[in-house]
Amino acid sequence: MSNLIKLLIRYSFFILFLLFELICFFLIVQNNHYQRSSFLNLFYETSGSIQNRYAAITEYLNLKNINKELAEENARLKISALESKMKLFGENYLINDTLFKQKYVYITCKIINNSVNKSSNYITLDKGALNGIEPEMGVIGPNGIIGIVKHVSPNFSTVVSVLHTNFRASAKVKNTGFFGSCYWDGNHYQTGIVEDIPSHIKIKRGDTIITTGYSTVFPENINIGTVLSFELPPEKNFYTVKIQFTQDYKNINYVYVVKNLLKEEIKELEKLTEEQ
Amino acid sequence: MNSNLFRYIFSFIFLILLQSFVLNNVQLSGYLNPYLYILFILSLPFDISKYALLLLSFLLGLCVDIFLGTTGVHASASVFMAFFRPFILRVIAPREGYDTTTRPRLQDMGVKWFIIYAFTLTLLHHLFLFYTEVFRFSHFFTTLGRSISSTLFTFILILISQLFIFKKADSKS
Repeated sequence: MSNLIKLLIRYSFFILFLLFELICFFLIVQNNHYQRSSFLNLFYETSGSIQNRYAAITEYLNLKNINKELAEENARLKISALESKMKLFGENYLINDTLFKQKYVYITCKIINNSVNKSSNYITLDKGALNGIEPEMGVIGPNGIIGIVKHVSPNFSTVVSVLHTNFRASAKVKNTGFFGSCYWDGNHYQTGIVEDIPSHIKIKRGDTIITTGYSTVFPENINIGTVLSFELPPEKNFYTVKIQFTQDYKNINYVYVVKNLLKEEIKELEKLTEEQ
Repeated sequence: MNSNLFRYIFSFIFLILLQSFVLNNVQLSGYLNPYLYILFILSLPFDISKYALLLLSFLLGLCVDIFLGTTGVHASASVFMAFFRPFILRVIAPREGYDTTTRPRLQDMGVKWFIIYAFTLTLLHHLFLFYTEVFRFSHFFTTLGRSISSTLFTFILILISQLFIFKKADSKS
């Protein structure tokens, strides 16, 4: 302590000088706009560059954590992207079409069994009657129609795939409205046939074939396939169109079972009309 | 002693007024800014306490600052100069030391001594002053040129003032 006091006394002149300079500096920075701004500028630049260095170091040290966080975020984004799809066609989602007063409910299902290499292919889904699935419901995938529900157990259901020789769906050429019947000819799993397209309309390769919505099974405007080739058999007024399915039936995981809420009403009405 | 005190008080006020009302209007092309008020610090007696020297310089600079509206700039430069005055005095001290009856004036200490003494301190003051004014080193050489040219100008004014004192002292004696 006494040494410290000795030191202070010894350098008192210098300390007083520093004190005065400090007061002056304080006065300068306090009262002169220009010096203040340049001082603050220097101060911020210095502190900013120090913080930058510090951040660079800590960033490097935290790379592991950052990677982990990024991976987690990626996973979250992937999930949310899938979820957004599910929400659109989710279990409790209603398409309320005011013009036609149609209502569809989509039930998300996972495919637990599938085949493409037989002449009668069936798909098994992981949901059944307990989830509201009934026979004769349509099944659609992300890129097109999948099939029609055949049998239902409490927890599972089987679906007649598009790739079944008995499968029929009403189809039309997009933007024309002329409809025909779509089926699978049992050859290659990626191609199908659309018949009964009138010969007077113009179709070309690449045209899209979509569902009509005439049946109560599928909603309207679901993709089926694109036109690969077409021919006009002799003495017939209808094209036979070869199509490529837009849905790859070998590569599907999640599908949506379409529940048509007005199905009973339509059926009853049609029945009434037919009886008369 | 009393007459000395009054003389110093008078020169203190006179130099501040001269600086703020006359010399401050002399600004030749922005490079020549004479600051003659430091003559007060130069003319303080040899045996003045170092602390009093610092305090007086601080007050002088502060007064000039008040008139010039540059709070703290001249005060800091004056304190800086005052801090170095004892060192300079020690370095250039004559062999037999300073006679307390003499004062740091041209006619007392000789031309060579006074030039070294006045020029060094003026240069220190002006360097500190101009760099504090600019407050950054981005225009380093421009500032250096300004301080050196202003130092020369101030130094010439100091020499002229010494001649005045010389004559006055002559006429008195």
